Amino acid sequence: MAKDLKNLDDVTIRFAGDSGDGMQLTGMQFTSTTALLGNDLSTLPDYPAEIRAPAGTLFGVSGFQIHFGSTEINTPGDTCDVLVAMNPAALKVNLRSLRDGGIIIANRDGFNDKNLKLANYEKNPLEDDSLEKYQLHIVDITKLTHNTLESLGLSNKLVDRCKNFFALGMMYWMYTRPIEPTVKWIQDKFKKTPEIIEANTRVLKAGYAFGETTEIFASRYEVKPASLKPGRYRSITGNEAVAWGLIAASVKSGLDLFLGSYPITPASDILHELSKYKNFRVKTFQAEDEIAGITSAIGASYGGSIGVTTTSGPGMALKGEAMGLGVMLELPLVIVDVQRGGPSTGLPTKTEQADLLQAVYGRNSEAPIPVVAAITPADCFFAAFEAVRIAIKYMTPVILLSDGYLANGAEPWLIPDVNSLPDISPTFRTDPNGFYPYSRDEKTLSRPWAIPGTPGLEHRIGGLEKEHITGNVSYDPENHEFMVKMRQAKVDRIAEDIPLATVDGDTVGDLLVVGWGGTYGSIRTAVEAKRREGKSVSHLHLKYLNPFQKNLGEILYNFKQVLVPEINLGQLSKILRSKYLIPAVSLTKVQGLPFKSSEIENKIDELLSKA
Amino acid sequence: MNTIEELLKDAPKTPAQKYSAKDFQSDQDVRWCPGCGDYSILAQVQRVMPELNIMRHNMVFVSGIGCSSRFPYYMETYGFHSIHGRAPAIASGLKIARPDLQVWVATGDGDGLSIGGNHLIHMCRRNLDIKILLFNNQIYGLTKGQYSPTSEFGKVTKSTPYGSVDHPFNPLLVALGAEASFVARTLDRDPKHMQAVIKRAAEHKGTSFVEIYQNCNVFNDGAFFTWTEKDTKDDNVIFLENGKPMVFGKEKNKGIVLDGFTPKVVSLADGKHSMSDLMVHNERDTMLSFILARMSSFPDLPRPVGVVYSTERPLYEVEMSRQIQDSIKKQGEGNLEKLLNHGETWTIQ
Repeated sequence: MAKDLKNLDDVTIRFAGDSGDGMQLTGMQFTSTTALLGNDLSTLPDYPAEIRAPAGTLFGVSGFQIHFGSTEINTPGDTCDVLVAMNPAALKVNLRSLRDGGIIIANRDGFNDKNLKLANYEKNPLEDDSLEKYQLHIVDITKLTHNTLESLGLSNKLVDRCKNFFALGMMYWMYTRPIEPTVKWIQDKFKKTPEIIEANTRVLKAGYAFGETTEIFASRYEVKPASLKPGRYRSITGNEAVAWGLIAASVKSGLDLFLGSYPITPASDILHELSKYKNFRVKTFQAEDEIAGITSAIGASYGGSIGVTTTSGPGMALKGEAMGLGVMLELPLVIVDVQRGGPSTGLPTKTEQADLLQAVYGRNSEAPIPVVAAITPADCFFAAFEAVRIAIKYMTPVILLSDGYLANGAEPWLIPDVNSLPDISPTFRTDPNGFYPYSRDEKTLSRPWAIPGTPGLEHRIGGLEKEHITGNVSYDPENHEFMVKMRQAKVDRIAEDIPLATVDGDTVGDLLVVGWGGTYGSIRTAVEAKRREGKSVSHLHLKYLNPFQKNLGEILYNFKQVLVPEINLGQLSKILRSKYLIPAVSLTKVQGLPFKSSEIENKIDELLSKA
Repeated sequence: MNTIEELLKDAPKTPAQKYSAKDFQSDQDVRWCPGCGDYSILAQVQRVMPELNIMRHNMVFVSGIGCSSRFPYYMETYGFHSIHGRAPAIASGLKIARPDLQVWVATGDGDGLSIGGNHLIHMCRRNLDIKILLFNNQIYGLTKGQYSPTSEFGKVTKSTPYGSVDHPFNPLLVALGAEASFVARTLDRDPKHMQAVIKRAAEHKGTSFVEIYQNCNVFNDGAFFTWTEKDTKDDNVIFLENGKPMVFGKEKNKGIVLDGFTPKVVSLADGKHSMSDLMVHNERDTMLSFILARMSSFPDLPRPVGVVYSTERPLYEVEMSRQIQDSIKKQGEGNLEKLLNHGETWTIQ
């Protein structure tokens, strides 16, 4: 039977199964092949905190969603068009994200009595009419995998672990993607075990052929390449981008990079990534705890390196005192907080934006620290680079906010020209004549970086209040107030050195949607949709949370209403209200998940209809 | 050569003429209480420094919080007075970033063994080439007199009016348990001994841990007098000398023998034991080091002071630098453009 080939603008697929089913790997493979075809895309891994949660359970479901298209793609998709469900738990957990009329590909063998019971299904949903509003395709994925590999004489366990490649092969066929990139990947990945190469490749091909030959799929689909800006692209996750941005800053500044870090989800991948690049002289120090992570980084900065520490919310809390020390010492330091659901241990693998107030205010006393936030996975590269630039130029700790969604999400990235990256030129004090540790540069207000080993500059620094200029310990009341204001003024002055805020859409209008960090994609998609409907709505996305860009107030006052969507209970809106005295409307969601653009669209409609 | 190496390439490495102790005195007024044991420690360190033949600008003293942690302000070297307990972690980052520097940590029993205990043990186990001077006065001085993790059981202080029910740490056992490669003890009232121990610590390659019995004459006066005062010291202290039998006492007429694993005091005067029966100190003997450190728990035994243990093992910062050099040799200096373009990429026309 000749299959019907349909053209689509964009598609969202979700692969779901047990955490041991290889769904992340399947999704990543589909992603890289799709990127190679020139589609724009965005991904969302969604996995449990348990490493190998008990098989078949609802809490052990691991999912990977990819949204790809021939148009600009900014989010992993509100709802999916296709759900690949390897077992009943995967179906149950993910069905709510499938659109009506969407496709379900269910692995029949996974829907056994035991798994149905574990997923709290009284009846097998594949056998009643409960799924009738969807296009249900039941495939014996496990059985077909076993048949494919019968002759290889592998153990049942090994064979079972190949079944994700069958699902991947089917999806490649259905969306007209080539299997070759994955075949090559299998060959590289398993080069030490030829039998695994053989098994996985056979199963992948069998899945593809299954789509081609069986009659259950009437159609296959084509998604044309997107009109991306010409150039060389790669796929990059937020955590990789942070690591590479830091390396880029190290190369540009000529300073060694030192990372002091304690493993924590979802930030650990930055530590893993940086530990690979010894030939860039990157020194990674897996510290005994979060506090040693940041304090070792401070020690390294004192010695003339770029000191960096990476963490997530609970670790941020532990680092608070040392950040204050960094403020007092006025040494460069970058603190990367990959936010996750909280408080306490919270939701380690889920995303949240609720550390904003902690980043801006969360230290004892007056301890201003610049805060930069990345807005997409690839933007993490530039945000990390910018954090280092500010830290060195202004001799200050800088907080870089990422989140679990950016960290693990991937997108195609137009690889930047190395020469186009801004200059970072550190200056070290070497002249002992007239040297005072707390004298200041007139323009930046930063103090000299005087590193041990420099003859004639022997001096003492520390956490006690410093006397202006000499840096000697001082308890003088007027000096303390002067220094508190000086540290604040130095941070405020950074506003002169960052690009002005720019609005997507008109600069005057009925409604401005203001976001920050990882909500960029959802807000952009929502605002674009509403603008196409002719609504007077614009989008402003903040990358600088402290200090704000100096034209922010002016922009805000040009709109009748301001909406602030956040994955918290309204932290940015609090700051905007207090600083600019505007009645910003807060839209909040705290479910460990990003916004759906429809959620933002609904709020836009509501506000505009009231006006 | 990286930027820092380039920047400092012309800086002198050794003093053109020998420093004096005075060269290590900063212009800051020393603000410890009159009569504090810290004065002696500062004086002995300043006396030893010229012997090391290292430029002042290549020395860094890092401290945490507490009376002991004021130490860096008084040394005419680079100094870093940080936050409570974190000096070992700051020193570790500094030493890893800058193996060319000689790094010291000045800490106390509260700073080093309570709030900063975790950092201290991990620095020891990693064996960074950092020298720790732990001023043990068995009390919290700066906060005005609470018991510390080395205060004895039953100690009455401001925070333990009914006596402490905490079992104390033995600092030497903590350091040995954490596998410090150099472990020693000395006394604030014995300048010559302290100088010798500090010099040994400075010259050791690896984490040197030195416990200094330090009298807090305001909040815990006399805590160590049994071991530091003229009339009692000789009969209660054993001065360890490598390769020498363990003899002590005013008349040098007592010694230590090992009965099974238990050290015992014997008389050399009663004709039952001779020098050849005594334990012989061997700094490299790890088993012996634990026995010696444990002796402090037994009031009938003299307290060993001196170098308890000294060995060589790989240095963290050296191993890390070696990995970096190997990696550069194998892959070439890192190239940013190559990094950003490696692996799977595609071109959009």
